[in-house]
Amino acid sequence: MSTNESTLGWSRWRRSWWYHATYYAQTWRGSVAGTVLFPIFYLAALGVGVGHLVTAHAGLVEGHTYLHFIAPSLLATTTMQLGEGESLWPVLASVKWVRNYHAAAATPLEPKDILTGKLTWVVTRSFATGIVYTLVIAGSGALSSWWSLTLPFLGALITLAFAAPLVAYAASVESDASFTTIYRFAFVPMFLFSATFYPVSAYPSYLRPLVQLVPLYHGVALARAAAFGEGQPWALVAHVLVLTAMSVAGIFWGRRTLRRRLVD
Amino acid sequence: MMDGAGREGIVVARGLTKRFGDFEAVHGIDFSIERGESFGFLGPNGAGKTSTMRMISAVSQPTSGSLSVFGLDPRDDGPEIRARLGVVPQEDTLELELTVRLNLEMFGRYFDLPRRVLRERADELLAFSQLSERADDKVDNLSGGMKRRLTIARALINRPDLLILDEPTTGLDPQARHLLWERLYRLKREGVTLIITTHYMDEAEQLCDRLVVMDRGAIVAEGTPRQLIADHSTREVVELRFGTDAHEQFERDLARFAQRIEILPDRILLYVDDGDETLREVHASGITPASALVRRSSLEDVFLRLTGRTLVD
Repeated sequence: MSTNESTLGWSRWRRSWWYHATYYAQTWRGSVAGTVLFPIFYLAALGVGVGHLVTAHAGLVEGHTYLHFIAPSLLATTTMQLGEGESLWPVLASVKWVRNYHAAAATPLEPKDILTGKLTWVVTRSFATGIVYTLVIAGSGALSSWWSLTLPFLGALITLAFAAPLVAYAASVESDASFTTIYRFAFVPMFLFSATFYPVSAYPSYLRPLVQLVPLYHGVALARAAAFGEGQPWALVAHVLVLTAMSVAGIFWGRRTLRRRLVD
Repeated sequence: MMDGAGREGIVVARGLTKRFGDFEAVHGIDFSIERGESFGFLGPNGAGKTSTMRMISAVSQPTSGSLSVFGLDPRDDGPEIRARLGVVPQEDTLELELTVRLNLEMFGRYFDLPRRVLRERADELLAFSQLSERADDKVDNLSGGMKRRLTIARALINRPDLLILDEPTTGLDPQARHLLWERLYRLKREGVTLIITTHYMDEAEQLCDRLVVMDRGAIVAEGTPRQLIADHSTREVVELRFGTDAHEQFERDLARFAQRIEILPDRILLYVDDGDETLREVHASGITPASALVRRSSLEDVFLRLTGRTLVD
């Protein structure tokens, strides 16, 4: 039995990954146009439109045109949003409304396999989206370093850092009442205030440490550093560590909540 | 693990107990289910049926006692046990946005079945569940009975040795129920062991070779449907109506005619061996009911006797 179990255990999570991927393959059509068009609209409106005003009044931002300055942060905010969108309602549906995770738990899969399959799928999707975004951003002329090749990987890390704790949380609640609150009071402010649209130096000095506590800030800073090939090595390591810590903590938390939800 | 009679059971429980905090959902039950048998768990809501089912399905750990499924221990060998089970939950857990066929094939991937095998089995199961013509429709568009059949078909994708059905026909119309029973018969003939929970007595009589009645976490009776009726009821029941609410006044006069008498708001039940004979005696004694009905005892009489008529919510 034990030899059988080890082979089963090694591959089990991939069956959950495959399930999520097949589901997406059946329902992707609506989202793919958005994946390509949204970054183009975004860069046109903010980068070119608002950028025109910024350049007229302030010139360059930290040595870059406004378009080039905000383009990398687009990758960070989008991969964060992908992590959010895949995690709250879809997971509550899977454990409570559709109950397809309960169906999966009645097969050889363990709750941890279901979680790993889910998170690796979200990361896969993020990586693919990251490639598209990197190409669009490159098209805007914003990429000036070979480090840009790491952008899809950084996007995947940002997605995981948000998806893992959010999946864990969604697996533990009984209703979606708190989800809208989280969106309004956590995601939207994070999107707006993580030095996404202007450098952190735009804040008064006493506010800057506060901004640096915001998770998305680390993603934005990393994306910008990779695009331009600039930044302090110790600061970059710190950013990666913050996102990794969020991912790891989220995975362990999710193992607990999903187990508690599916088996007793 | 061997059962009491020295035979090897496919599921054997000894002193099986499940506790949730202070609440004991299942206390110390014993049972043994043999290969090829169709075994029922009957009982009112909250009797502990679903908790027992979840322990057998290896998604719930026993608090104490022993449980063996296929000779394995669900505490240690959950994935191996679940690989050989089919589970039909109380509520369908289908992917409504996807097609009937994909629901089968995607679920089969959880068992690591190769794509070619999945396609073949999906075809077979679509035919079995009479859904071949709906194979490419979204599940959302199916009727309740079709969804139920698909859920059962999905549970069969890994060719399970043991199929566990939790209230398989709740909410279905009579046609859909009969079709489902007919499909379950066919599985039984093919040698699949069935475990069924239900609170429909006709379903239990139709499907179960042997059953246990559970009440408040304990097994209160066990046997074949016929044996249970023989042990816990009489052969026949006489139902008398008097067109009045004051049934208590007849109790003393009628009690002597029956082995057991039950006074209900709308009628009086006399549990007897020969209903026609009893009815003659009742008439001869000068008691004239507004209407009278003689019928055979059913599992429902046994069930109500054992678990009471009080509503459990």
